[in-house]
Amino acid sequence: MNIEKDIKTLIVKKPLRLDCGKTIKDFPIAYETYGSLNSKKDNAILVFHALTGDQFVTGLNPITKKDGWWSYAVGPNKAIDTNKYFVICSNVIGGCMGSYGPSHKNSDNNSILGTNFPVITINDIVNAQYNLLEHFGIDKLFSITGGSMGGMQVLQFISNFPDKSKTVIPIATTSSHSAQNIAFNELGRQAITADSNWNDGNYSSNNTSPGKGLAVARMAAHITYLSKKGLQEKFGRKLQEREDLKFGFDADFQIESYLRYQGSVFVDRFDANSYLYITRAMDYFDLTKQFKGNLSDAFKHTKAKFFIISFTSDWLYPTQENKDIVIALNSIGADVGFVEIESDKGHDSFLLDVPDFLNAIKNFLDKSYIEN
Amino acid sequence: MKNEFKVIADLIEKNRKVLDVGCADGVLMKYLKDNKNIDIRGLEISKDKVQECIAKGLTVIEGNAEKDLKQFPNKSFDYVILSQTLQAFLNPELVLNELLRVGKKAIVTIPNFGYWKVRFHLLFKGTMPITKALPDEWYSTPNLHMCTIKDFVYFVKSRDIKIFKSLALNNLNTSLINKNNLTIKNFFADLGIFLIEK
Repeated sequence: MNIEKDIKTLIVKKPLRLDCGKTIKDFPIAYETYGSLNSKKDNAILVFHALTGDQFVTGLNPITKKDGWWSYAVGPNKAIDTNKYFVICSNVIGGCMGSYGPSHKNSDNNSILGTNFPVITINDIVNAQYNLLEHFGIDKLFSITGGSMGGMQVLQFISNFPDKSKTVIPIATTSSHSAQNIAFNELGRQAITADSNWNDGNYSSNNTSPGKGLAVARMAAHITYLSKKGLQEKFGRKLQEREDLKFGFDADFQIESYLRYQGSVFVDRFDANSYLYITRAMDYFDLTKQFKGNLSDAFKHTKAKFFIISFTSDWLYPTQENKDIVIALNSIGADVGFVEIESDKGHDSFLLDVPDFLNAIKNFLDKSYIEN
Repeated sequence: MKNEFKVIADLIEKNRKVLDVGCADGVLMKYLKDNKNIDIRGLEISKDKVQECIAKGLTVIEGNAEKDLKQFPNKSFDYVILSQTLQAFLNPELVLNELLRVGKKAIVTIPNFGYWKVRFHLLFKGTMPITKALPDEWYSTPNLHMCTIKDFVYFVKSRDIKIFKSLALNNLNTSLINKNNLTIKNFFADLGIFLIEK
């Protein structure tokens, strides 16, 4: 697998001072684009990916050979229409799809950075990605959007760069990671670090990786992305290729088999240290605290048009947390629309074929672009 | 667009900031935005209607007026519109107070229960009135607190709410309501439109 030839990278020369106090420079940001930038350069949409996403938003992901993570929403004639808009997405720093992350090598020797990689934040992530605007010569984006951790980046980006996007679409997200969110992430991190193959993060040196731990982390997280009703309807108590219970600890139930499968395919494409770093960045995210308890202050300098979307069955980033962002925006008279989409697909709804959701995004973008 | 909306639109000057509470599919919002350059927002409880507003390119917030008006700061809109919805709230007085807090002025319209057709329906048929403005059966109506134009006028006066303009609508006819003709208008109008302030 020749990863390099499929991954476009921008080497950021400018030093970036991270929230942890360290400074990084000459680091790579891996990105992908879809559609084309028009001559006025006013049709660019920056998409931010979630925890386990990458820059390959749509079409075939050349590395995993699977569909891009937002294939339902992004593409020609889709909700985010790449015939009209120029879509940019980059792998977050800390990630494992080409951007600067813990699987990168030390400059002085050949060992991987592992836990020597600095702890990063959502703020660091968007500050790094901001360099893409300069790279493409884009003065102002038409829109920024993303779900889950992608939504956190959306909020942080517009707070940091208030006049750099005309429209802003945070989806199924929060302005402050809740205790429950942190708890689930900690469960995943503990599963990874409890795997003896993790070896304090230095696993690549002996060609073993904490696959079991990472798979358990993924399994636990995956449950949080679905709803109880969705799980019940899809799996119920159906048995996996057997007539009756086997009185053992094999995967008797379809749900067990499904989760094991989700865990195993995840391990093939994701780095355990990246999982630690990115979940940490999410846990540290508290935009309200950044503005001393007043979330509205995060947005007081922007004239952007906001459209916030949540899902009825999302219990990980529930409607109320999305509404808190709406309330903060309304209290300063910002231009903000909000809709809660009916779906029993849980937090994952934003990644799936949910027509009301996709129509809402399409209508919002296309109408806003005409008014542009 | 229905006559009621034309009358409401005529009460609003150009280039103002307006909130339409219970904006439904956004017909009035779209008209105000396109024809009067109004900075318009909507609040709507129905998901389907919210989608229709988004399809029209309107800024709308899915929400419930009885709970969600509190997020708007004092006097943050020049006008707040409430069209034929006051009677459907659990607590109309609370909503009215919120409208007058959020808006410098409020435009409230009410289906008039004192309209002669309503009175005659009840008097002669002996069943709950069904008219153009009150199309639902008793068991399926969203209306909880019906009132007449007279009730509404007495109500706002008793609460020191200023009435700038009261209009009576009957089909396509619009007329001013004043102290002297209140009883007559309360009989002949099927809709009352009030521009109020606190």
